[in-house]
Amino acid sequence: MSGVWQRKDLLSLRELSAEEIGQVLSTASVFKEILGRPIKKVPSLQGRTVVNLFIEPSTRTRISFELAAVRLSADVVSLDKETSSIRKGETLQDTARNLEALQAGTIVIRHRSAGAAHFLAQRLKASVINAGDGSHEHPTQGLLDSFTIRERLGRIEGVQVLIIGDIVHSRVARSNLWALTKLGAKVKLAGPSTLLPKEFAELGVEVVHHLDGALEEADVINLLRIQHERQVQARVPSIGEYATLFGLNSERFKRCKPGVLLMHPGPIHRGVEIASELADGANSVILDQVTNGLAVRMAVLYLVSGGKGVGGDS
Amino acid sequence: MSEIFLQGGWVVDPASRRDAKGDVLIRDGKIAEGKPSKEAVVIQAEGLVVAPGLIDPHVHLREPGQSAKETIATGTAAAVAGGFTSVIAMPNTSPVADGPNTIAWMRQRARETGVANVFPTGTISLGQKGEQLAPIGSLRQAGVVAITDDGHCIQSAELMRRALEYARMFDLPVLDHCEDKSLSAGGVMNEGKWSRILGLPAWPGIAEEVIVSRNVLLAELTGARVVCQHMSTAGSVRILREARRRGVPIEGEASPHHLTLTEDRVEGYDTSFKMNPPLRTAADVEELKRGVVDGTIRFLATDHAPHCGYEKEVEFDEAPFGVVGLETALGIYLTELVHSGLMPLRDVVERMSAFPSSYFGLGRGSLAVGAVADVTVIDLARAWTVRKSEFRSLGKNTPFEGRELKGRAILTIVDGKIRHDLDVRAGRS
Repeated sequence: MSGVWQRKDLLSLRELSAEEIGQVLSTASVFKEILGRPIKKVPSLQGRTVVNLFIEPSTRTRISFELAAVRLSADVVSLDKETSSIRKGETLQDTARNLEALQAGTIVIRHRSAGAAHFLAQRLKASVINAGDGSHEHPTQGLLDSFTIRERLGRIEGVQVLIIGDIVHSRVARSNLWALTKLGAKVKLAGPSTLLPKEFAELGVEVVHHLDGALEEADVINLLRIQHERQVQARVPSIGEYATLFGLNSERFKRCKPGVLLMHPGPIHRGVEIASELADGANSVILDQVTNGLAVRMAVLYLVSGGKGVGGDS
Repeated sequence: MSEIFLQGGWVVDPASRRDAKGDVLIRDGKIAEGKPSKEAVVIQAEGLVVAPGLIDPHVHLREPGQSAKETIATGTAAAVAGGFTSVIAMPNTSPVADGPNTIAWMRQRARETGVANVFPTGTISLGQKGEQLAPIGSLRQAGVVAITDDGHCIQSAELMRRALEYARMFDLPVLDHCEDKSLSAGGVMNEGKWSRILGLPAWPGIAEEVIVSRNVLLAELTGARVVCQHMSTAGSVRILREARRRGVPIEGEASPHHLTLTEDRVEGYDTSFKMNPPLRTAADVEELKRGVVDGTIRFLATDHAPHCGYEKEVEFDEAPFGVVGLETALGIYLTELVHSGLMPLRDVVERMSAFPSSYFGLGRGSLAVGAVADVTVIDLARAWTVRKSEFRSLGKNTPFEGRELKGRAILTIVDGKIRHDLDVRAGRS
């Protein structure tokens, strides 16, 4: 399996080409197949150290990266804000340099500041994978969402994707937007005007502030969590009003296409952005997303380490 | 007796309406008449522009209290290297310059260690807290040339009104960094397409324009002289243009970075492009230039804001605001305004010397006989590349690294003393 991937880092999907994204997805397919075998481990990253530097708390993404690295036979250590010296006032730069001095080959970083992954990548020889930087991007989420859509619908080109929620604060929305538009999907963003500023329309997607008309057309609906609750209070009157206007409930669901895929990056606020029965229903692919996340993160860890073919010939 | 004879240069002195080839004689710190003596230091200025010493109305010298970022010694060394003979120093030092003792200390320090003239400003409010007026009368007596709360724009319209009324008694200019903090809260770059892409907290241009509007109304009401510092948006220019047309005593200030750079430069999260107000759009840059050309914005400043390297080497949202400018501003203004054909050299020189001198009452900015001998000799055709490693300033935080410029100060004379001599001309003849 040859490909176009030459990058040391994965920082954002905006900077990737459709071919590079395609290569991650096809590599992930191979790993997903391996994950279905009785022995789920491959030796691809044997001897390589992967550090999960999660300055901002996360459970799902961190465990997914840890497992992905373990499945590739890498040595894995994880630190968070409490276990790193950042709590003692050490700068991000110094923390990262120390990790590199310990010969970490790959650093997976989750940080509350947009650009934190770029910051490290510009300064380190180690590979840097962005596992979410502030409101900027969450590239592996965008990739695993694309993977899930392609797996379920057989294609991405021409697929109508509706993303609903707190777009302005969402790194998931941004990474999805770039991956999906590059792969030929038609993306529509929906949310209250205070959480979905007009400039998003300049990024190659449609912006709407009502669900009428948008639900009926969608092949995929990706529901985002309302986050940063304090900031949001000044932008929407209440979570209840948000749920009334933008929540996907059973009534609204009746207007959707029968085969519509319901996605959510988690953690879910049941009854706010999505009705509980829909999150658990036949159209929901929420747990597929989690499973696919593992395969996609294996693919990314593998590719940034210079892997050219699955099976350990790097 | 000491003499310097600048021979055969092109003398551009807007204050005395001189714009012709000629000589300038300096004797004992003053511009003099007649022939030089045999002991005079003769400097061949053929092909060079001889201008009154340039004045920067917006500089952060960081001393007292933040001398790891800059000192009066290094800041004024940077000034003369950039062609500035005088700088107006902002009061956000540590302690804050909100009382006469700090001003007296700064003036003393400048006399001892400075190589350019330092004109201090005081704060508007105690501790720049925006709650209570600073002792503005005492600050005036201590020698401040203006008052300002610097980056801590006074949010209360009532306090700003009283500050202007009070400053009006002393005819003391009030400088304002125009930012409505409720609208800009937490913002580290311009609100627009690029902040949406980069996911950084953003502050919209209207946060500046709301305060520019307020200042127009308050200047009109009180008759106080107000300067809107480092203007960054097209809207601010339009508001100011309308006000000035009606004779409101309000001025605007440009900075090299707002006049040349746009928000997309933040793309790589390089903190060299993080300043307050932030870089805006191409449309804003265009209108700012138009405003400078038509006289809506008359001050050409730097907002020189040095920081330590390690302070800027952090996550973008964590980094301090500000960029240095003293050693690049003249090159930028000459390249962008003069060589581009937007403004004649004479007007740029006037905006950078005679105008700020008369506005702030500095008694400089002229090459007339008897004037204080502050002189900047400029090679208008000199092509050069910005290299921060060559800066005299302790601050290397420039957004212009590697930029090709045309025009440079090659000799700077302050009070009749040569303080910068790029080509070592003084020793040559």
